[in-house]
Amino acid sequence: MLSRTADTLFWLGRYVERADNTARIIDAANRLATVPDSLAGETSEWEPALAAAGVLSGYTEHHDEVDRDPAIDYLAFSPDNFSSIKNCLGTARNNARAVRTALTAEMWEAINEAWQELKRYDGARMDRQTLNTFLSRVKEACLRFDGSAYRTMLRHDAYWFLRLGFYLERADSTARILDVKYHVLLPEDAQVGGGLDYFQWTSILRSVSALTAYRWVYHESLKPWLIADLLVLNAKMPRSLASCYENLATFLDHLSLAYGRQGPAQRQARSTMTRLQNAQISEIFQNKGLHEFLTEFIDENARLGETISKQYLT
Amino acid sequence: MNSKGIMPAPFDEMSSADGNSRPGYELIKRWLDSETPESLGHRRLEAELLFRRIGITFAVYGDEEAEERIIPFDIVPRVLTKTEWRKLATGLEQRVTALNMFLADIYGTGEILKAGIIPSDLVYRNPYFRPEMMGLKLPHDIYVQIAGIDLVRTDAEDFYVLEDNARTPSGVSYMLENREVMMRVFPDLFAEYRIDPVETYPEELLATLTSVAPNSAPGEPAVALLTPGPLNSAYYEHSFLADKLGIDLVEGSDLLVRDNVVFMRTTEGLKRVDVLYRRLDDDFLDPLTFLPTSVLGVPGLMNAYRAGNITLANAVGTGVADDKAVYSYMPEIVRFYLGAEPILKNVPTWRCREKDACAHVLDNLHDLVVKEVAGSGGYGMLIGPAADKATRDIFAEKIKADPDNFIAQPTLALSTCPTVVDAGIAPRHVDLRPFVLYGADKVRIVPGGLTRVALKEGSLVVNSSQGGGTKDTWVLDA
Amino acid sequence: MRLKIRHETSYVYGTPATRAIQILRLTPRGHDSQFVVNWRIDVDQDCRLDASRDPFGNAVQSFTVEGPLDGLTIVAEGVVETQDNSGIVHGQAERLPLPVYLRDTPLTRASPGIRALAEQASAAAGPDTLPILYAIMNGIRDRLDFIVNVTDSGTTAIDAFSHGHGVCQDFSHIFIAAARHIGLPARYVSGYLFHTEMLDGQAAGHAWAEVLVDDLGWVAFDPANGIAATDSYVRVAVGLDYLGAAPIRGTRYGGADETMEVKIMVNETARAG
Repeated sequence: MLSRTADTLFWLGRYVERADNTARIIDAANRLATVPDSLAGETSEWEPALAAAGVLSGYTEHHDEVDRDPAIDYLAFSPDNFSSIKNCLGTARNNARAVRTALTAEMWEAINEAWQELKRYDGARMDRQTLNTFLSRVKEACLRFDGSAYRTMLRHDAYWFLRLGFYLERADSTARILDVKYHVLLPEDAQVGGGLDYFQWTSILRSVSALTAYRWVYHESLKPWLIADLLVLNAKMPRSLASCYENLATFLDHLSLAYGRQGPAQRQARSTMTRLQNAQISEIFQNKGLHEFLTEFIDENARLGETISKQYLT
Repeated sequence: MNSKGIMPAPFDEMSSADGNSRPGYELIKRWLDSETPESLGHRRLEAELLFRRIGITFAVYGDEEAEERIIPFDIVPRVLTKTEWRKLATGLEQRVTALNMFLADIYGTGEILKAGIIPSDLVYRNPYFRPEMMGLKLPHDIYVQIAGIDLVRTDAEDFYVLEDNARTPSGVSYMLENREVMMRVFPDLFAEYRIDPVETYPEELLATLTSVAPNSAPGEPAVALLTPGPLNSAYYEHSFLADKLGIDLVEGSDLLVRDNVVFMRTTEGLKRVDVLYRRLDDDFLDPLTFLPTSVLGVPGLMNAYRAGNITLANAVGTGVADDKAVYSYMPEIVRFYLGAEPILKNVPTWRCREKDACAHVLDNLHDLVVKEVAGSGGYGMLIGPAADKATRDIFAEKIKADPDNFIAQPTLALSTCPTVVDAGIAPRHVDLRPFVLYGADKVRIVPGGLTRVALKEGSLVVNSSQGGGTKDTWVLDA
Repeated sequence: MRLKIRHETSYVYGTPATRAIQILRLTPRGHDSQFVVNWRIDVDQDCRLDASRDPFGNAVQSFTVEGPLDGLTIVAEGVVETQDNSGIVHGQAERLPLPVYLRDTPLTRASPGIRALAEQASAAAGPDTLPILYAIMNGIRDRLDFIVNVTDSGTTAIDAFSHGHGVCQDFSHIFIAAARHIGLPARYVSGYLFHTEMLDGQAAGHAWAEVLVDDLGWVAFDPANGIAATDSYVRVAVGLDYLGAAPIRGTRYGGADETMEVKIMVNETARAG
C-alpha cells in the first residue's frame, strides 16, 4: 500500500478518535460545572478540560481568561484550534476523501454524512440543549464510523493502520485526562478528600465513559487508586493504557506478518505493553508517582507514533 | 433568445418534424408518454440520491461553496442505433490513428510540415508543443492512448468533430456511473431494450495501458494513476478509475526517480512503476524539466521517460494536437497520413492568424462562435448570436490584439434530445464524447460515451462548469 | 586560448537530507572553434551518473543519491581550447527546427517596452541583421545596470527590464526576447568566461545568447558586455532560456537549512608537452 495512503488512514483514525475524546471531555466538564459550589468547590472545570484535550496553551494564546463559553467554543468549534471537534471531523473527512477507495462505502458515508451535518453547527450563541445535541451527534458519528470499520473492512493493512491511529490517539487521551487530575488521585494511604473529590472522580470516569464499568469491575465505592488502576492497567477496560497497547502490539504484529518483516515499531509497542502488563498500581504510586509515570508514558506514546511513521508512513 | 429567429429548427434526435419518433426512440417515447411530471420528478430524485450516495462530485474552480456540487444528471437516455455507432466508431479510429501519426511525425522528422501542409510555425511555436519530446522514440509510436473526441450532430447523417481532447480527457466516470444509476432506477427499460454494455471500459483501459509498457518493464507491467490530488476538479474520477482498474492512485510525492527508474513509496518499501496514466498537465510533471515551482510532479520523471523506463499516457506534448488551430487542419492530416477521406467531419474553421479569415470573422461576429486556440471548458469563448453588441465589441478588440490566439466557426444547429425540465419534457442541445483507447495491440472504443446536455433552454454550452448536465448514452444492440 | 576550468558547486544541509536528485548540464561539447581537450565530472557521494543528450544537443548527466546527506559537492573540470571566430558558432550539434527558437517562454516573454526597443533598433540600424543586434544590445545596456544579487534565477525578462537592472542572465533574456520579437531565432547559452580580473575565482558561471543571422549562422552575443563572443567564452549548454540550459537543476528530499556555494576558476594554461 502507498505510504501516503497508510499515513492518511492512520491520521483518519486519530482524528475521529480525537473528536470523540474531546466531546466526552466537554460533556464531563459541563456536568461537573453544574455541581453546586458548596459541593464541588469554586474551581474552574474548563482549564483542566482544555489541558486534558492538550490545547490549553493554544487557548491562552487567543484568550486572557478561561471561561466556559470561550472554552467550549475553542474545544468544539474554533477554526483556530487544530484539534477542535469541527476541525478534527473536517480533517478526518478530507482524509477519508483522499483515500476514498481504501474505505468501504459504509465508512465513507458515516464520516461524510457526519461532516455534512455537523459543519452547520456554529459555536457562537449556542444554548446548552443544542450543544448537547451536537456532542451526542459527534459521539454517534464516531461510533458509526468505528462500527462500520469493524463490520465492513477487510482485515488487511488499511484496517490495521486505521486501528493503529485509533489506539495511539486513545492512549494519549486517557493518559492526559488522568494526568490533569492526578492530584485528586492519591495513593491508598493518603488523606481521602470530601465531596469535591467524589465529583472529580466521577468526572474522570465520565470523560472516558467508564463510570458503570468501574462498578462492574471493582464492586466497590469509588476509590482513587482503583480509578487509576482501571484506566492505566486494567486490560478489560477498552480505554485503558494497557488495553490500547495490547491492540497496538496486535495490529503491528499483523503488519509484520503480512509484510514478512518487523522493525522498531513492533519492538517498542511490545516493550510498553509488557511493562503495563507487569506493573501494579501501588508500585506506580510509590515509585515515581502517577504524574511522572503519565508524563513518561505520553512521551513514549508519541515516540511510538514517530517510529510507526518512519517505518511505514513516509 | 434571438437565435431562434436566425437558426433553423435544430434536429431533434427523438422526434422528426412530423412528430413521429425516429428509429431507436420508439420505446423511450412510449415510456415518456406514460410518465407524468410528478412521476418523472420522483425518478429524478431517486437518481440524484443514488449519485449523492455514490459520491460523484464535481469541483468547479473558484467556487468554494460548490466544491462538491453534483453534476446534474438527466434521466432520459440518449439513443444511438448500431448503424450510427458503427460509422462513428470507424471514424473515431481513423481520427485517433491520424492524430498519433501526426504527433510521431512532428516530434520526429516533421514530414507534414516539410510538405507545406501545415505551417511549421503553428506547430513549433505552439504553446503545447514540447521541444523536450523531439527525437524521443515512444513505444509503438503511440502518443495518445486515451482520446475523448467531442462530437455534435446536426442532422440524421452528419456528425461533426468539435474538439479532439488529446491531453487528459475526463468524463469517463460519468459514462460509467450514469449507466449504473440508470440500471438501478429503470430496470424495466433495460429489460425491454438490448443495450451494449459500457462496463468493460476499466478492463479495456488497463489492457491498453499495459500494452504500451516500456520494453524495460520487468514481468507484468506495474500501472499507476497520477493525480494532482484531492483539490483537482476531476479527483473523483481519478480515484474512481484507479479503484476500478485496481491500480494505485498516486500523487507526485508518492513517486521518486532513482537512476532513471520510477518508483512509488509503499509501506513495504519502493516499488517500480512502468506505466503512468497521468492526469496531471505537462507543465507540472517534472520540476527539473518544466515548471520549476511545481510541487505536484516528480523530479527527474522526464529523464526516466527519455531513458525509456516509463510510459506516460498520454505522452507529453500531445496538446499540440488538440489545439484549435491545428484542429482546423485535421481533414488534411487524415488525408496526408492515411490517404483516405475523413469519415468524421470537421466544423469549418476560420483561423484568425490568416488575414482574410480574420477580417471575415470580425465582419461576421454576430453569426459565429469564436474560441481561444488553447482554451477549454467553454471559457474564453464568444457565441456571437447570443451575445449583445457590447460583448461582441470587447471580443473584437481581443481578436485584433492577438489574432493568432483565436479561431471562429459557424454556429452549428446542435441536435436536441428530450430532457426532463421543471415543466415536464423538453428538447435540449447535446453533444457526445466517446472515449477512444489506442493500444499497441488494438484500438478499443466502448460503445457509448458521455452525452452532455445544455440544461438551459436554447443554450449551446454543454460544459459542466457552465451549467451543463449529462445523460446516459445507449447504443442499441439491434 | 587553452583554458583550464574548474567549477565546484557545494551544498550543505543543516538538517540532513534523505535523498537528492540532480540533472547536470555541465559538460561542454565541441564545435569548430571550441575543442574539449578533456572533461570530467565528480560527485562526492556514491552514485551512478547517467549520461544522455537532450533535444537541444546538450550533454546531460543525471544522478540520484540516497541519504542521509549532510551535503553534496559536484565538481566539473577540464581543459578546453578556443578560437576567436567573431562569435560565429559552426559545427555544433544542431537538432531542432529553427522555429522552435522563436518560442515564447515565461522567462523570455517580451513586454511592450522590450518590443519597442527591438522595433526601434530594427528601424534605426538599417536592413542588415548584425547592426540591429548591436543596437539592441546597446539599447539594453543603456536601460539596465549590471547589479548582482538583486534578481534571481526566476526573474523574467519583463521584470528585469522594468526594474532596470540585472545580471548576465537577465541581459540575455531581454536580448533573446527582443530578437525573437523581430523574427530572429535566438537561444540562451550558459558557459564560462575567461577574465583577467577574475583569476581568483567567480561565484557564478556566465550567460549569453546566440542569434541566427542570415548567411552567418548562429552568432554568439554577450549582451551584458555588449560584444560578440570571443575565444574567452566556453560554450557549455543552450536552451530557450536559463531553465533549459541551467548547469544544475535538482531537488532535495527532506533536510533543511540548505546553503549553496559555487566557485568557478577559469585560467589560461600552457599547451601540454
